[in-house]
Amino acid sequence: MTPVFAADPSLAMQAIGLTKHYGQVVAMEGADFELATGEILAVVGDNGAGKSTLIKALAGALIPDSGQVYIDGEPVRFSSPLDARLVGIETVYQELAVATQLDITQNMFLGREVRKPGVLGSVLRQLDKKRMRQQAAEQMHNLGIRVQSIRQAIETLSGGQRQAVAVARAAAWGRKVVILDEPTAALGVRETHQVLDLIRRVREHGLSVVLISHSMPEIFAIADRIHIHRLGRRAAIVSPKTTVMSDVVAVMTGALPSDAVVSAALAPAGAPDF
Amino acid sequence: MQAPELTVATVPQPDSTEGAVAAAAAPPASLQRPTLRLFAYPITGPLFALIVIFVVFSLTTSTFMNAGNISLIAQQSVVIGTLALGQTLIILVSGIDLADGAIMVLGTVVAGSIASHGDAVLAMALGFVACIVVASINGLVIARFRLPPFIATLGMFTIIAAAARLYSQSRSFPVTSDLLSVLGSGPEFGTVAVTYGTMLWVALTLVLGYALNETPWGVRVYAIGNSPIAARLNGVNVTRVVFSVYALAGVFYAFAAWQALGRTPIADPTGYQIANLDSITAVVIGGTSLFGGRGGVAGTFIGTLIVVALKNGLTQAGIDSLYQQIATGALVMLAVGADQYLGRGHRA
Repeated sequence: MTPVFAADPSLAMQAIGLTKHYGQVVAMEGADFELATGEILAVVGDNGAGKSTLIKALAGALIPDSGQVYIDGEPVRFSSPLDARLVGIETVYQELAVATQLDITQNMFLGREVRKPGVLGSVLRQLDKKRMRQQAAEQMHNLGIRVQSIRQAIETLSGGQRQAVAVARAAAWGRKVVILDEPTAALGVRETHQVLDLIRRVREHGLSVVLISHSMPEIFAIADRIHIHRLGRRAAIVSPKTTVMSDVVAVMTGALPSDAVVSAALAPAGAPDF
Repeated sequence: MQAPELTVATVPQPDSTEGAVAAAAAPPASLQRPTLRLFAYPITGPLFALIVIFVVFSLTTSTFMNAGNISLIAQQSVVIGTLALGQTLIILVSGIDLADGAIMVLGTVVAGSIASHGDAVLAMALGFVACIVVASINGLVIARFRLPPFIATLGMFTIIAAAARLYSQSRSFPVTSDLLSVLGSGPEFGTVAVTYGTMLWVALTLVLGYALNETPWGVRVYAIGNSPIAARLNGVNVTRVVFSVYALAGVFYAFAAWQALGRTPIADPTGYQIANLDSITAVVIGGTSLFGGRGGVAGTFIGTLIVVALKNGLTQAGIDSLYQQIATGALVMLAVGADQYLGRGHRA
């Protein structure tokens, strides 16, 4: 089954025909995915549509049974989240993945701590705290995130600030793609706006963003394109400029067929081989 | 591990105050001075308690507050204090070790028995090996096979206590080797004896304090105690770090065994039966949270001194040792209560 398909190198990330079965349960069935460079792509879908499975496959947290993921047109295979990180894909998971008792800097560098140069670092394994604090402060400043001190423990921050730190960390380490799994789900209105502004700034810094969200107003406010997931595969990909909110919901729930909306797909979909 | 370079996009961002995530009133992110935060957590409570104990016993007894007795308190601290360093590490990753005293006793018996008819260096090496191997088995079943630390180490406690007696056939081994008992000696200044054991205890505290506060491994230990999920999602190998914690604790138990032979040059398989509780007491009184992720070795150092100074002072005041146990028990409950109610045990 050689797909009559050439990966599009202009896309930051692309996936063709991703499939994942758990015994009899089909979590993903021939799912396609495309993320243009420098865009914010919203991924929507009803509960159980398989959004999480798709995102995990893209983030390396799950190995699909079949299908292929491409980065900049090059095929990649992730066997762990670390593999995805190494090619520049960072994920902010739904459960706030910050250690609340550690400070902002320690969280930004957790698992990737910088050691001092020379013998101090190589033999005595001493942390270069000064350098890490400097870089953390720079990163927070570049993204317009204001905190009293980068030495503040996360538990002293508001929910929005905590999420901002998680996003800033992903943006700092992600060289290509930042995947955000419902980053505003636990936040109030004001904090949600602040995090959305932050996501826009991440895009301005040249990163491509995948945003999983349940909030249609939020999606229409920020997304360049909307990937609608249904029954384990992409039902449609649309532009918020040409498709109204109620149609997106209708396709998502199956009330409208997927060809009833104007497709905003950039690359031809993979030929279904089933 | 990735390249240690933050790949921040280079476009300088105009400082858009409207979009700032924090409250506008918050001062801007400021760079802090790179101060050495070797012991960066609250030890003021334990320190205050220690001072109160010293003041009370200085006023109520005539023998407590003199240089000779202070150096005695230090000497009485070294065994529990060294054990408590290993215990601190384990409690920092939300674990507990009920077997630490038994492992130490096994170490003394192994070393003592071999030294009684053989080479002292070999005896000491095998004593270290015994402690590290047993502690590593604890680490394996807890980190790899996910047994609850309380149950795993309770099981190990009874196994090792029995094994030490079987191995020694319930005999004690007087230790005559200079090497094995060297930690009980040291320079003396009149009534003040600064033993090598005391120096070793201080040195081990500093080394562990450095490892916990100045190395990537230390940050990860705290992160795991705080939130194992966050640590794992950030690429920390939680299983490996937790295993390393238990194995390293074994090294401290081995040093504690050496300290024990310096204090009392007899390897007795029935000795130090409540050393496990004493070590946990020292850690908890020192402000390390049983919930993990908070505390450290400076607190444990002070906590050890509190436990020992309290016993020493009550003895000087002529109070029955059973009352001393009641006092220590009450102190533990007070410390754990403070941990709970001051919100330090709460998960954010």
